[in-house]
Amino acid sequence: MLNELGHYALVLALGVAIIQSVVPLIGARLRDPRLMGLASPSAVATFVLVAFSFAALTVAYIRSDFSLANVVENSHSAKPMIYKISGVWGNHEGSMLLWVLILALFGMLAAVLAKQMPASLRACVVAVQGWIATAFLLFIVMTSNPFERMLPAPMEGSDLNPLLQDIGLAIHPPLLYVGYVGFSIVFAFAVAALIEGRLDAAWARWVRPWTLVSWLFLTLGIAMGSYWAYYELGWGGWWFWDPVENASFMPWLAGTALLHSAAVMEKRDALKVWTVLLALITFSLSLLGTFLVRSGVLTSVHAFASDPTRGVFILTILAIFIGGAFTLFAVRAGALKAGGAFAPMSREGALVFNNVFLTTACATVLVGTLYPLVLETLTGDKISVGPPYFNLTFIPLMVPLLVAMPFGPLLAWKRGDAAAAAERMIAAAIVAVLAGAVSGWLAGTETALTASLGTALAAFLIVGSFAEVALRTERASSFGGRLRRLVNLPRATWGAAFGHFGVGLTVLGIVALSAFETEIIRDMKVGDTAEIAGYRLDFRSAEQREGPNYTDAVAIFTVTKGGVPVARMEPARRFYPVRQMPTTEAAIKTFGLSQLYVTLGEVDGDTVVVRLFYKPLVLLIWLGAVVASLGGVVSLTDRRFRIGLPAPARRRAPMATPANAEASA
Amino acid sequence: MRGRGRKARRLVLIGTAGGALALAAALVFFALGDRITYAPTPTELAEGHVEAGTRIRLGGLVEEGSVERGADGAVSFAVTDTVNRVAVTYVGILPDLFREGQGVVAEGIFEPSGHLAADTVLARHDETYMPKEVVDSLKAQGRWQEGENEAGMIGTTAPAAPANDAPGL
Repeated sequence: MLNELGHYALVLALGVAIIQSVVPLIGARLRDPRLMGLASPSAVATFVLVAFSFAALTVAYIRSDFSLANVVENSHSAKPMIYKISGVWGNHEGSMLLWVLILALFGMLAAVLAKQMPASLRACVVAVQGWIATAFLLFIVMTSNPFERMLPAPMEGSDLNPLLQDIGLAIHPPLLYVGYVGFSIVFAFAVAALIEGRLDAAWARWVRPWTLVSWLFLTLGIAMGSYWAYYELGWGGWWFWDPVENASFMPWLAGTALLHSAAVMEKRDALKVWTVLLALITFSLSLLGTFLVRSGVLTSVHAFASDPTRGVFILTILAIFIGGAFTLFAVRAGALKAGGAFAPMSREGALVFNNVFLTTACATVLVGTLYPLVLETLTGDKISVGPPYFNLTFIPLMVPLLVAMPFGPLLAWKRGDAAAAAERMIAAAIVAVLAGAVSGWLAGTETALTASLGTALAAFLIVGSFAEVALRTERASSFGGRLRRLVNLPRATWGAAFGHFGVGLTVLGIVALSAFETEIIRDMKVGDTAEIAGYRLDFRSAEQREGPNYTDAVAIFTVTKGGVPVARMEPARRFYPVRQMPTTEAAIKTFGLSQLYVTLGEVDGDTVVVRLFYKPLVLLIWLGAVVASLGGVVSLTDRRFRIGLPAPARRRAPMATPANAEASA
Repeated sequence: MRGRGRKARRLVLIGTAGGALALAAALVFFALGDRITYAPTPTELAEGHVEAGTRIRLGGLVEEGSVERGADGAVSFAVTDTVNRVAVTYVGILPDLFREGQGVVAEGIFEPSGHLAADTVLARHDETYMPKEVVDSLKAQGRWQEGENEAGMIGTTAPAAPANDAPGL
């Protein structure tokens, strides 16, 4: 009964979403407050209905209701409860429902929260969000119904793919989708602005918090996915340039660019056309990612079982939305007035530099991801584009961007002083040179260059990210005064500092891993020992263990360093009888920010292949992303977002030095 | 004067953007020419379509009875499209679902001796999913029928699997 209600709610949501797409828009055209007023209730109703439908599916999973085909295919009564719940989105139909749930959530939040916005703009935004919801609800109802019955109902389900039976599935997709789908509201804002012909600094200020929220969730989602792949797949890698990873990374690159260009638009009313274009591009890339993952055109760890009709359907949605939005853009962009002028060497100039490099890097990732598909379609040649391509194109484009990153915040708006900014970076540069020298000396001859240059860059970023904070507080006369200034700095300044600091940490982690990682592979029997990076691992014993829906063959190691026992590690070969599928459970021990990582390979009699890694500073890779996201949270609490007032305008003309200009803020 | 300043600014902007684009385009063209991986089928390799020393991505089935394990993670096996076979060597831990008679993708350097020194070996991650390279490779030999579901194909070889899987140390 609940299943039918869930299905019914989904169809009803489609009906309401159509109303949400049409009526407020007509209202905005006719300036009819009653029709526009329908935006809020219809957006709320769409969300409530989709949420009900999602809850109904979740209940079916919790109860192991095997009369639903979706539950049969992806669940099992013996599966632990947490995986029964996360299993709801561990498959195509359920994850699509989660996608639409988040879409409807953002539509509702925009309708309810954006009270200070002009009613007609708000009505347009909600209506555009309604179009997207309509398209994807139609997609679910027509091609991917999660409430399909299977009668007669089997007694038992065929279990969830063991790789997905992990806490990672509970966290990674929801975070990622909030980010991915969150950019839909930014897209809706952009389209609404084009329809309304209203595009000013106020628009940028409304859009900015939504961009920030989406960006920080996408950052966390990608980082979480990366860590999950790292510990679950047992390859010991953290990023594979897999097409589906790229599919989430491209909106991240474009979204990061958008975050920065919206800042220029908000403060200086410049880069308007570009900002709107980026907003359209970012969500288009999200849609492209959805298509790539679900159409079966790619070979990937993430690809869902493919179905051509679904691919064609999403491609149609993609074509309509991207084509429509860009046509609207082409028609309307000419009418948008250019904003304030600025010198190349200025805060705006630095942000343009940021945008140029981020979008170019994004384009190279796009080319690498789509090239094999295009080539095969055109010539039939089969190729694959992997890490060698991406390392060669992406890294050289990131280096200038990263080197310039700490300078940006030191430049004043309109006209900055490059020499003064460089002077401010002397401390960071000294630290960078020292760190690079030490690192190069520690590294072997083979990796010395990577190690020293990479470490120098990371140190430069880490120290340099706080240069703006230092600059803005250095004129205080006393320690107390300085502390007060630190506390009173705009939260957005702190947010940017932590965002950049996080990037520095991630870079340091990546450099440390690529220059100092060690790895050995060894056949081992009980009683054997192996040594890696000063740690000694003794293979003590092997045993069988029973889990709720699997059995483990566990190898038990004790780890000693300098004769002192420091840890016990228990990697396992896990076997899931329902799916007849083995998985490797890596054992990971953290020492500070570094990790020992042990996986088991084939078992031959009493010998097992053991792969050991020592991964120095590896945790910084993900910790950096978390710190950067926290920076996003801090920025969100900035005064101007909290009370919806414009930031105090810079009334005084910019002074000769950035120090004065900043102090006047 | 003002007009000239504006023009100069615009030039710097366009110069930066153009420079970045040119750099990116150069990198992309170089990388696409040099750093991509061809994905030939075993038959195409046997017919000598691929030069030795090239990086390739080879899809097919692991030949029955071809897997030999050496010391410290060294392993050799053959990838077949049911007509031709290519020997593969690899050092490392094979993926969980690597099995004789099953689909596999091996990536690495095609050696002059005619074997593939793989640095990456991928298998299916799910029993209902078959890597595209494998499907293409089998299709080329007419051994794959559209609509034949992957699970069915696995079903023909699955009975042998549990024996290999039984965990034991």
